[in-house]
Amino acid sequence: MSDVENTQGGELSPVVPEGRTLINVRQGSFGGAGDTSGYGGLTRFVYMPDAAQRPYGSWFDQVVDVLEELLGGDAEAAIEAVVVDRDELTLHIAREHLLDVCRHLRDDQDLRFEMCLGVNGVHYPADAGRELHAVYPMQSVTHNRRLRIEVSAPDEDPHIPSITAIYPMNNWHERETWDFFGIVFDGHPSLARIEMPDDWVGHPQRKDYPLGGIPVEYKGAEIPSPDERRQYR
Amino acid sequence: MTTESTSPHATAGLGEDDGSAPEFTVFGGDWSDAAEEAARLGEQRLVFNMGPQHPSTHGVLRIMLEVEGETVTECRAGIGYLHTGIEKNMEFRTWTQGVTFCTRMDYVASMANEAVYCLGVEKLLGITDDIPDRANVLRVLMQELTRIGSHLVAIGTGGNELGATTVMTTAFIGREETFKVIEHITGLRTNNAYIRPGGVAIDTPDDSVAMIRAMIPKVKQRLDELALLQLENPIFKGRLKGVAKLDLAACMALGVTGPILRSAGLPYDLRKTEPYSGYETYDFQVPTSTDADAYSRVVLRLEECYESLKIVAQCADRLEASVGEPVMVADKKIAWPAQLSVGSDGQGNSAEHIRHIMGESMEALIHHFKLVTEGFPVPAGQAYAAVENPKGLLGCHVVSDGGTKPWRAHFRDPGFNNLQALSMLTQGGQVADVVVAIATIDMVLGGVDR
Amino acid sequence: MSEHTDAPPFIIGKLEDFAGWARAGSMWPATFGLACCAIEMMGTGTPRFDIARFGMEVFRGSPRQADIMIVAGRVSQKMAPIVRQVYDQMAEPKWVLAMGVCASSGGMFNNYAIVQGVDHVVPVDIYLPGCPPRPEMLINALLKVQDLAKEKPMLRHRKDIAAAAEAAALAATPTSQMKGLLR
Repeated sequence: MSDVENTQGGELSPVVPEGRTLINVRQGSFGGAGDTSGYGGLTRFVYMPDAAQRPYGSWFDQVVDVLEELLGGDAEAAIEAVVVDRDELTLHIAREHLLDVCRHLRDDQDLRFEMCLGVNGVHYPADAGRELHAVYPMQSVTHNRRLRIEVSAPDEDPHIPSITAIYPMNNWHERETWDFFGIVFDGHPSLARIEMPDDWVGHPQRKDYPLGGIPVEYKGAEIPSPDERRQYR
Repeated sequence: MTTESTSPHATAGLGEDDGSAPEFTVFGGDWSDAAEEAARLGEQRLVFNMGPQHPSTHGVLRIMLEVEGETVTECRAGIGYLHTGIEKNMEFRTWTQGVTFCTRMDYVASMANEAVYCLGVEKLLGITDDIPDRANVLRVLMQELTRIGSHLVAIGTGGNELGATTVMTTAFIGREETFKVIEHITGLRTNNAYIRPGGVAIDTPDDSVAMIRAMIPKVKQRLDELALLQLENPIFKGRLKGVAKLDLAACMALGVTGPILRSAGLPYDLRKTEPYSGYETYDFQVPTSTDADAYSRVVLRLEECYESLKIVAQCADRLEASVGEPVMVADKKIAWPAQLSVGSDGQGNSAEHIRHIMGESMEALIHHFKLVTEGFPVPAGQAYAAVENPKGLLGCHVVSDGGTKPWRAHFRDPGFNNLQALSMLTQGGQVADVVVAIATIDMVLGGVDR
Repeated sequence: MSEHTDAPPFIIGKLEDFAGWARAGSMWPATFGLACCAIEMMGTGTPRFDIARFGMEVFRGSPRQADIMIVAGRVSQKMAPIVRQVYDQMAEPKWVLAMGVCASSGGMFNNYAIVQGVDHVVPVDIYLPGCPPRPEMLINALLKVQDLAKEKPMLRHRKDIAAAAEAAALAATPTSQMKGLLR
């Protein structure tokens, strides 16, 4: 299973299979201008691992079965994809059904994922229509296992329902993800900036936000900031 | 414009009117506005600000307290004063260089950050089982030594904030003993960048095992001193017993892990439940208590230090038994050249390594060059790794786009979660207990703010 | 900075010596530990390294009572106004020691969140590199601050020296223009 597909040059739009995230489109080896490697024309589309086929292995089948049973008719719409990779289970959940899924995860005795280990935002600018991902690792203390819930939202409409009513521990994590990515968590009691100063403009950890460094001054020379240097990617 | 109370009757009872005129300290603003506000308020309810520059807030933490007399009615924590953009910066550095960034998050127990990041990267690479045993032993050794150091800082600064400087000096002397060993093995006292993807940076010098064995009784002596100084002291008990209680339901609702969760009765320790780096082969206990107050957490931390010393002793035995084994994964395309040694000029260039790459092996030269300049590429995907920090569950989510630099690295720091519980710990209690609550959470603002 | 452009008049000279000796003997740092360097700074106050022998173990929480502000750690954008506020609250004479590379120049964090050197915010007397600097290095830097305190000029003598230093700095070549040094 190759997660990198090689094509060469020209205007190409990637084929995005259902539920498969396009992480990045890599142009050449240096990611842009100044590519002296000779591979400057090489365009690579890098995808997340494919959606998995049944049987998933170990306890994953059981958990997905229970969840589908609890969701009933909504299961098709709610669970967009199931990815099994590197011994980890990732469920891609549609944002409208996130609250139901979380409630089942927490309450059902076979699932019992008591702890949500926070929200991580990831920005995939190449994944058209699903640029902002919110990743929720769920930890079950009772059954001693971990699951990942991934929800996506487009850049134009960055809204995801807040799960603080179900997992109060997510309060500050959602604030942090709002601060850094601009994902608005609907229903959060007080969605305000938490890390950056209150009047900061922009969401720093998005890929379209520069690193913000200054050129480093040496005697007789200046080196540009890390994100502007020519660097091998 | 904030108003502060400087009432000398700080120990007056709840709601008791001591008859003195209310005092206001005004910071900035117009006098007539202040007088007007004072007249309007005319009550004991005050809002004041603690920090971010404060000797007792364990770093740059801002706490907004609303106080009625001596009782805290509302407590909110403001963070972000140490936000460093570490996670974004890691996206522009190779996977190995990322270790030097993430180590500065929780700077009190720096190698736990490195360990979790490296576990995540190794999961992505798929080499988790290929890490040599000696490297795992060294990782466990370093994590336990930093665990002892972190708990000593927690106990020491906690005592210092209560006014007992001797507790701090004793704890820090114990910490210095662990630093001597850490510095001997890794080269630095803190922020070591020692644990790297694939193993550890460098093998131990010859006399390390003897040094470790000599250190253990010294640290034990300091731990005994700390226990003697504090645990039966009536002032200590008076200030810590029954204070900052957080029961199990509250802990689970707020996602609080670490000593706070274990003091509430749940023996949840990732070293036992999801062992990593060979922890399942070590013989140690997980101290638990049911009192769920600040006093039991101090006792727990001390006991965890003793357990960590047990693990350190076992590590020393294993190091002695595995002399000469590699400390880096065998795959030369990933392994940072770990056979460097300190030369006669004090620099880290190993003459034999240079002779090898320049004279003997072309592949070794290419690997060295590519690893140092370009880094190793990591297959695309995402992984999550978690370790037991001294403060709780430290998680790391890494996403790779197939390149030599991370696409995203995010850390779930236990201090970030635990600090959310500050409001629950302090509201309804007294102002003086806020300091105790902060000390008992034991968060490190570098990890909280990242 | 001990540029004695002219020798001071006799009485002012004696006054400077006495005041300098008194100030250097008991400098009280303000608690301004921010990050990793703060832990090393705390370690410097503890018995193995012990700055109490220099009279400096009394870390004052209130800047009004402090003489030296050791900015230990990275200064984030959110923290910068507070650094300035604490500095302004300190009474003269005061010194600032930028401990660690993050306080000196932004360190390894050349990004949106960190002020690239606390000298963007407060005037710094001594820069101490290191990540983090060992406690011995911090003691070395503190001893240099003591030397600064001992030689600190007073009254009109100080104004003359400050004016001369400013003129020299304005006329100097900027670092990135210092070319041809390797020849």
